[in-house]
Amino acid sequence: MDVRIQLHVDGEWRALTVDTRTTLLDALRDRLGVMSAKKGCDHGQCGACTVLLDGRRATTCLALAVAYDGAEITTAQGLTNGGMPHPVSQAFLDHDGFQCGYCTPGQVCSAVGMLDEVKAGQPSYVTRDLARSVELNDEEIRERMSGNLCRCGAYVNIVAAIREVAR
Amino acid sequence: MIPFEYLRAEDAASAVAAVASRPTAAFLGAGTNLVDHMKLGVASPELLVDVSRLPFDEVEPLPGGGVRIGAAVRNSDLAADPILRSRYPAVSRALLAGASAQLRNLATTGGNLLQRTRCVYFQDVTTPCNKREPGSGCSAIDGYTRYHAILGASSACVATHPSDLAVALTALDATVVVLGVHGERQIPLADFYRLPGDDPHRDTVLEHGELIIAVDLPDLPFAARSTYRKVRDRASYAFALVSVAAALDVADGSVRDARVAFGGVAHKPWRATRAEEVLRGAPISDESFLQAAEAELAGARPLAGNEFKVPMARNTLVAVLRELAQEEAR
Amino acid sequence: MTGLLEPHAIGQSLTRLDGPAKVTGTAPYAFEQPVGDPLHLFPVQATIARGRVTAIDSSAAEAMPGVAGVLTHTNAPRLASDEDRELWVLQSDQVAFRGQFVAAVLAETPEIARHAASLVRVEYAEEPHEAELRADSAKLYAPDELLAGEPTNTFEGDVDGALAAAAVTVDQTYTTPMEHNNPMEPHATIARWDEDGLTLYDSTQGAHTVRVTLAPVFGLDPRQVRVIAPYVGGGFGSKGMPHAHNVLAGLAARMAGGRPVKFALTRQQMYSIAGYRPPTIQRIQLGAGADGRLTALAQDVIELSSKIKEYAEPTGKGTRVMYAAPHRRITHRLDPLDVPVPTWMRAPGECPGMFALEVAMDELAVACGLDPIEVRVRNDAEVSPESGLPWSSRNLVACLREGARRFGWERRDPTPGVRRDNGWLIGTGVASSTYPVYRLPGSVAMIRLLGDGRYRVSIGAADIGTGTWTALTQVAADALGVPCERVDLRIGDTALPMASVEGGSSGITSWGSAIVAAAQAFRDQYGTEPADGAEVVAETPDNPDAARFAMQAFGAQFAEVRVHVDTGEIRVPRMLGVFAAGRIINPRTARSQFIGGMTMGLSMALHEQSVMDPRFGLVVNHDLAEYHIAANADVGDVDAIWIDEHDPYVNPMGSKGIGEIGIVGAAAAVANAAYHATGIRVRDLPITADRFLS
Repeated sequence: MDVRIQLHVDGEWRALTVDTRTTLLDALRDRLGVMSAKKGCDHGQCGACTVLLDGRRATTCLALAVAYDGAEITTAQGLTNGGMPHPVSQAFLDHDGFQCGYCTPGQVCSAVGMLDEVKAGQPSYVTRDLARSVELNDEEIRERMSGNLCRCGAYVNIVAAIREVAR
Repeated sequence: MIPFEYLRAEDAASAVAAVASRPTAAFLGAGTNLVDHMKLGVASPELLVDVSRLPFDEVEPLPGGGVRIGAAVRNSDLAADPILRSRYPAVSRALLAGASAQLRNLATTGGNLLQRTRCVYFQDVTTPCNKREPGSGCSAIDGYTRYHAILGASSACVATHPSDLAVALTALDATVVVLGVHGERQIPLADFYRLPGDDPHRDTVLEHGELIIAVDLPDLPFAARSTYRKVRDRASYAFALVSVAAALDVADGSVRDARVAFGGVAHKPWRATRAEEVLRGAPISDESFLQAAEAELAGARPLAGNEFKVPMARNTLVAVLRELAQEEAR
Repeated sequence: MTGLLEPHAIGQSLTRLDGPAKVTGTAPYAFEQPVGDPLHLFPVQATIARGRVTAIDSSAAEAMPGVAGVLTHTNAPRLASDEDRELWVLQSDQVAFRGQFVAAVLAETPEIARHAASLVRVEYAEEPHEAELRADSAKLYAPDELLAGEPTNTFEGDVDGALAAAAVTVDQTYTTPMEHNNPMEPHATIARWDEDGLTLYDSTQGAHTVRVTLAPVFGLDPRQVRVIAPYVGGGFGSKGMPHAHNVLAGLAARMAGGRPVKFALTRQQMYSIAGYRPPTIQRIQLGAGADGRLTALAQDVIELSSKIKEYAEPTGKGTRVMYAAPHRRITHRLDPLDVPVPTWMRAPGECPGMFALEVAMDELAVACGLDPIEVRVRNDAEVSPESGLPWSSRNLVACLREGARRFGWERRDPTPGVRRDNGWLIGTGVASSTYPVYRLPGSVAMIRLLGDGRYRVSIGAADIGTGTWTALTQVAADALGVPCERVDLRIGDTALPMASVEGGSSGITSWGSAIVAAAQAFRDQYGTEPADGAEVVAETPDNPDAARFAMQAFGAQFAEVRVHVDTGEIRVPRMLGVFAAGRIINPRTARSQFIGGMTMGLSMALHEQSVMDPRFGLVVNHDLAEYHIAANADVGDVDAIWIDEHDPYVNPMGSKGIGEIGIVGAAAAVANAAYHATGIRVRDLPITADRFLS
């Protein structure tokens, strides 16, 4: 069943036709050719498809595109500012926070969203005192980034990259 | 995934009417569990009625001191809510223990409560499963049981309920507010979930077309001293082997009152009423806590392969109660 | 002995040249290559483990609008070679494992293809199957050789006699489970046929490997197969060889009238199609004097293979080179089962085998009352124990000593189960690592001087996250005596000269040696003033030193483990690896390789297990929610360092492969630390909370 929708992707309005079954991830990849969001598991189990969806980090593989008509999506590609890499992307480069690169755009988007969540005072499972403001130590970074699996084992460098940006 | 129609609900009543009138219709929240199941062929709705944008996105105080949580409140927003964090920290912690941040940003309160079991056989349509296909048999009972029940199971189904939130809400006496074609009704969470019995395909007492619109938490001052502890195979982003939600009211070295529920051990969040009975009036000590745990787990019937859950549940409860008692003492 | 390259670019910590494209997500992986007007493929998989397809009703699927065709064994194009039964796709009614492809749908959209595939009705005549590895299986047999031609059995002296006479013995059985590679990028291919032949945009560790493997299957000349794979989202062995999905895509493309066919396996499908590390049952017997010196060393391995294609994991390979002992026995037996075909997974052989050996060595240390480092030092092998060859370099002891110093080992009280902090029992453990220096033959490098003063260096090599783009550029720069900016490297395409597979940690040795040879040829041919367009090709030369020396990298891994007193939860806050792996080409990416291997080893230690339900022949935890790989929160402070090691014999770079050694011994270090923390010896992976509960 086909539906016309519009998505604001990486700063640009895109009109497209999707099947009601089409996920936001497949709308980006198969319909719009926006490949920055990756498909690693297609079931919300790896985080590779993470984008900023209306400003918050979100997996796109279980979101039906038809339910997000009019949404604003920023991928890791769209984080680039006038050809300059986003500070989080630059930190990933500097700290070698990736190897094969497939989980990386999702990690980058997730890190950007996560830093905003911390700024907004959102706690995590490892936050000791829910009543206090959050201090972003390594344990917090690790917990908050655990929704993005990396099979190459770049976690240590990912944490280092985010630690640097957060400083 | 079969083709389906999509309808964005204008209001709750029309959403309920649309789903209730069609047996193959389903409500869509964020879809983080439903779309998963549609891809696997576990669910095949022909009409999805999107209720994620209905105006049930607030956390509001209730007259009498409780709190009403809108069914469309996102898990991350609920976890970060100042009222929850200060008055019902077990609920915040339970939410934060579930899934990942990018899923919690999508997932709704109502959807979280209605997520279905993670039993691997339920999720694989090529294997028999009574919950998915009544009468086909239970593959888990003699199979891979690591994540399966030790309490309240039946010969038809040994699945567990995967929600963390539901465990904390069950412990804290929450009530689900449901809208159906005949109007609203309130169901205590303790009565909301079913044990599998002979018809494990039904997880809850909801009728087709009934929509969760809110969850009410009663005024429970000592819930401010509550917590949620989840034991799992990964340090994060994994379903529970065993979890415990508990609140403890302590005075003069003994327990005045307690609320306890287990997750990961049964077809529903397991309210540990026997443990609570033992705790009430008991001195604060590891012995009391152990007695409480053992009273509750005396009825445990582990399967071949998940015997470890009995000591794991026992020890986790003792550790949680000890922690809460120490917190109280400070 | 080779003259080593003068290191200028080599040794520099360059950031990845492919990095900017990867952090923005714009590097095109296989499925992402732009192709016009594609069709989408979705397979139908067998729901029995053994038997025959008796009927297929595809009428409902064919009738669906948007379906371009349904492939079955009755209508699929015929293949030319059944030599590799894994690749004999849709050619007969036989079902050899659950999950085998029995049909596939080609459609205009992925949604239609998937839905239509679910409507294909397949009937079977089911036959009894066996899917559980059993040490008492009546079918155990000794393969003619192991994975890479290693001998199945090796014997020296009188092991039984030496064990009987030993002052101290260890005799234990260790098991490692089935594990799946699970690269983050699912196996994917885009296939297109035209008058020139078959083009595949593939996710592979070897474009040329795919070409030479698939050409005979399709009855083509290798030149008729083009494979393009510039960016690959991990492989860890499972993308080392093409699998059935490549063939299925090729068959479908044959029927697609020239349109490209896009096919990515789902995560679930990867568990039956893309290979895995087979489970092992290993008995280890150690005999030693009271001083901890080994007199006897035996490892008897029983492991799974598939019935349709033999796969013999060389599990005892590491044991053959690790420690000196006069009496030795290493054997392998296979249990052929009705299961999917296993394949390489990071350090096949060493990874499971060294788990067993290195836990056994820890048990020996305990039995002798010696420090586990001291036991290893006392048994260090002066020459390679089986071949008797001298080492080109061996610095295991240096790694152990340096690691001990940095990890704070000297303060360690060996008593198990006595350190406690806030409800957690704490312990530390050590294990050795090793991995061979492999040089695969046949790679060819082409060097051409471009008009702008840069050199184009072309070789059909792969970068699966290993850093090839960057490290080979550095090698080429030093080989040519120019800065990296003047090297224009091209890899990942069969249009480029032949390159061996990215496997066995052999890439830099094999490809780098070809590039160095080409640079030498370039200078020989054109002198110091080459004209624009000057061009040479050269092949990886044989290394005469390979017959004179045993060549291995070594390392030592240290782990700190915490086990929760109440819940049994296990955490690894700290790991340190110290490696001796020759000269390091790029410290930044090399460290990533080491810690990446260690992290995967940590994941193996704590989490990984493909749960085979033998009733169905099905891995039931076939997704990333149920098959756990380590998440960020599981990984603490993991660090890797290396010692300066000069080895003039291995290759002109002086480097040893580093992609796999990091996983070797990591799980043993964790298991040994868990013992030190709790006094509970876990001999069966993974090490989960329930092991510590009573």
